[in-house]
Amino acid sequence: MSAVLDTHGEAHEHAHHDHHGGYSGIMRWITTTNHKDIGTLYLWFSFIMFLVGGTMALLIRSELFEPGLQIVNPELFNQLTTMHGLIMVFGAIMPAFVGFANWLIPMQIGAPDMAFARMNNWSFWILPFAATLLVLSFFMPGGAPEVGWTMYAPLTVQQGMGMDFTIFAIHLLGMSSIMGSINIITTILNMRAPGMTLMKMPMFCWTWLITAYLLVAAMPVLAGAVTMTLTDRHFGTSFFDAAGGGDPVLYQHIFWFFGHPEVYIIALPAFGVISQVIPAFSRKPLFGYASMVYATSAIAILSFMVWAHHMYTTGMPVTGQLFFMYATTLIAIPTGVKVFNWVATMWRGSLTFETPMLFAIGFLFLFTMGGFSGLVLSLVPVDIQLQDTYYVVAHFHYVMVAGALFSAFAGIYFWLPKWTGKMYDETLGKWHFWLSMIFFNMIFFVQHFLGLAGMPRRVPDYPLQFETWNQISTVGAFGFGLTQLLFLYIVIKTIRSGEKAPEKPWEGADSLEWTHLPTPAPYHSFETPPVIK
Amino acid sequence: MASKSAPPGARSVARSKSLARWAAALAAVAVSGTAMAAEWNLQPPVTPIAADIHSVHEYVMLLVTVIFVGVFGFMFYSIYAHRKSKGHKAAQFHENVTIEILWTVIPAIILVAIVVPVTKVVIAQKDTADSDITIKATGFQWKWGYEYLKGEGKGIAFLSTLSTPVEQIDGKAPKDKNYLLEVDHPLVVPIGKKVRIVTTAADVIHSWWVPAFGVKQDAIPGIVRDTWFKATKTGTYRGQCAELCGRNHGFMPIVVKVVTEPQYAAWVANEKEHPSPAADINTAAN
Repeated sequence: MSAVLDTHGEAHEHAHHDHHGGYSGIMRWITTTNHKDIGTLYLWFSFIMFLVGGTMALLIRSELFEPGLQIVNPELFNQLTTMHGLIMVFGAIMPAFVGFANWLIPMQIGAPDMAFARMNNWSFWILPFAATLLVLSFFMPGGAPEVGWTMYAPLTVQQGMGMDFTIFAIHLLGMSSIMGSINIITTILNMRAPGMTLMKMPMFCWTWLITAYLLVAAMPVLAGAVTMTLTDRHFGTSFFDAAGGGDPVLYQHIFWFFGHPEVYIIALPAFGVISQVIPAFSRKPLFGYASMVYATSAIAILSFMVWAHHMYTTGMPVTGQLFFMYATTLIAIPTGVKVFNWVATMWRGSLTFETPMLFAIGFLFLFTMGGFSGLVLSLVPVDIQLQDTYYVVAHFHYVMVAGALFSAFAGIYFWLPKWTGKMYDETLGKWHFWLSMIFFNMIFFVQHFLGLAGMPRRVPDYPLQFETWNQISTVGAFGFGLTQLLFLYIVIKTIRSGEKAPEKPWEGADSLEWTHLPTPAPYHSFETPPVIK
Repeated sequence: MASKSAPPGARSVARSKSLARWAAALAAVAVSGTAMAAEWNLQPPVTPIAADIHSVHEYVMLLVTVIFVGVFGFMFYSIYAHRKSKGHKAAQFHENVTIEILWTVIPAIILVAIVVPVTKVVIAQKDTADSDITIKATGFQWKWGYEYLKGEGKGIAFLSTLSTPVEQIDGKAPKDKNYLLEVDHPLVVPIGKKVRIVTTAADVIHSWWVPAFGVKQDAIPGIVRDTWFKATKTGTYRGQCAELCGRNHGFMPIVVKVVTEPQYAAWVANEKEHPSPAADINTAAN
């Protein structure tokens, strides 16, 4: 290693440019311990799973195009809803943000790599096996589980071997997440460059630090819930069986004790990406940095105290309902602070609207709508009416798709020049945004109406009065699905034949990967740490 | 069977009807915003609790809309006025303690203004004491069993199963108006009486839901829970199971007939005279 202080890493670029850890071809990717390679693996893996889960969503929407059973039978329909949810949450969205974390955290804090480089390799390479197990459950006797991604007992006890495959897949996914999180926490706490104090870190690193703690705390709870399900199924225990002294509702408490923090595990890194993109295209520092850190921490703590708002209709005592209602509405305060901070960052900036900024604004607009429908659902009486209806489906897709997915798109367009050294096609990027925006609302806005009017979720068939909105929703779904193929085309086109990116593609971007590293970022960066004033 | 020989034109008629509904939907969105109230809003309430739910929902939606328009009014003004292409130079401010305290405190006050009235509804909704009639609703895969436990009609028991013919589901016959929302033996209750529904289940979790009553209560195997309603209007009200319970989750509706007191007395007399063959519902369902 060079002893010369070399903040731009150019000397090393020559030394390391030609070898990627000694292997080439597929072995490079299997053996890699490089955070950038692993980040790339995570992102491609998550995109593949996004297409798999999306295909399932299109089958679901096709069946729901009109009343009656046409395309899939009710068993397969339930299998598809289960697998669509599990694959999108654990296979698509979560790995996507771990991919961002791998690529960006070392570069943003001035570290040469992640703290545990070999464990990092293992964290990723568990995922393809877990995903295979998950998808294989379709081919087991009885097929995949027909229980919804929430896997409520005792329906889980009635399932075939596919349920066990799913349980083991979740164990593996959880291991991967926990290892990834420990890696992120250790990297951020121990490997920051001299002068990079915690309160100087880019907001993306902050949100990931907090998310990683949430993951370490929440994933074992899920592992416990599915393990108890496993022993109830095969080893004669009765954790969730009242006849043996257990309680089916206990499962829901355990699941949602994981499940609600999980919502923020997905949302917080998305907030982090948005907090990088909006200041860059406003050419203005992020408004309220410190309050952003506090708000994120407050959301994380509150997220462990609101789980039973998913369970108002189980019949908990009135004091329980009131406690969870009050605690849930409190989350609106720090979330509001974040939204206000983003708008204030734009206020009196010098705004331009390249694709990353468009997706960030789309995120801000639609995520806030998802937040408001969340406030509506936090109120016990209204929730009792809307629980398990399409209103809930609409609500969480505003948070998961318009929230997390749009922010991931913003991040991809934002950092693609840094990662590849090439520019994406701006016109096509804008098409991708506008089509996604229109079709997304076509799918999910009308689902609010369906839920209000009384359409239950997770049904393969429905009464006649729900037909119109379902047809609009299905047409929107196909439009949205095809639009994502355009995204794939844009990314491939960028990598293969994109124009060379300028050294600093975004004039307002000010974190270390933009200010201290060349474009594209060299394979090894910050072998000698930069000094932050 | 008559339904099997549906005229070949029936499908295209159905299609043009659905096109007409589309057009109506779009027109309603564009023009009045009220014509399709039944399809895009909560069903008309027939109990005090359902009416409360309506007003809570409207109240919150009003507040939320005002806030939304306010916040994004700022954003869109910024998008319009503070763009680089107009030569706007970026200010460099990045904090303001006063405004940050304000936008923490004001939302807190708004939240208090929301949850205080809602708390009263929550407490009323939970008050299942002093019912006139108590009915046990048991969820089975995939039907409902009802037993009248207390009040006029005590002792009546029957199963309530989807009566929509399979041909309609498979698209071999035209669908009735109440497709998937009709049962062979509806629940019957008198108007203006407090009816307590006690839920449980025999196999997996189901959920007993009648939107017009504002009532949804999970039916959990081995556990007993309750809810209540007092219907203020006669008529037939329809709902569906609201918790995923396996293959036929979408095919176990709930139908409740609210009748006048004399009609209810007559119905009770008739049921007592001709008890349902499946009166012992717990064995019948297996």
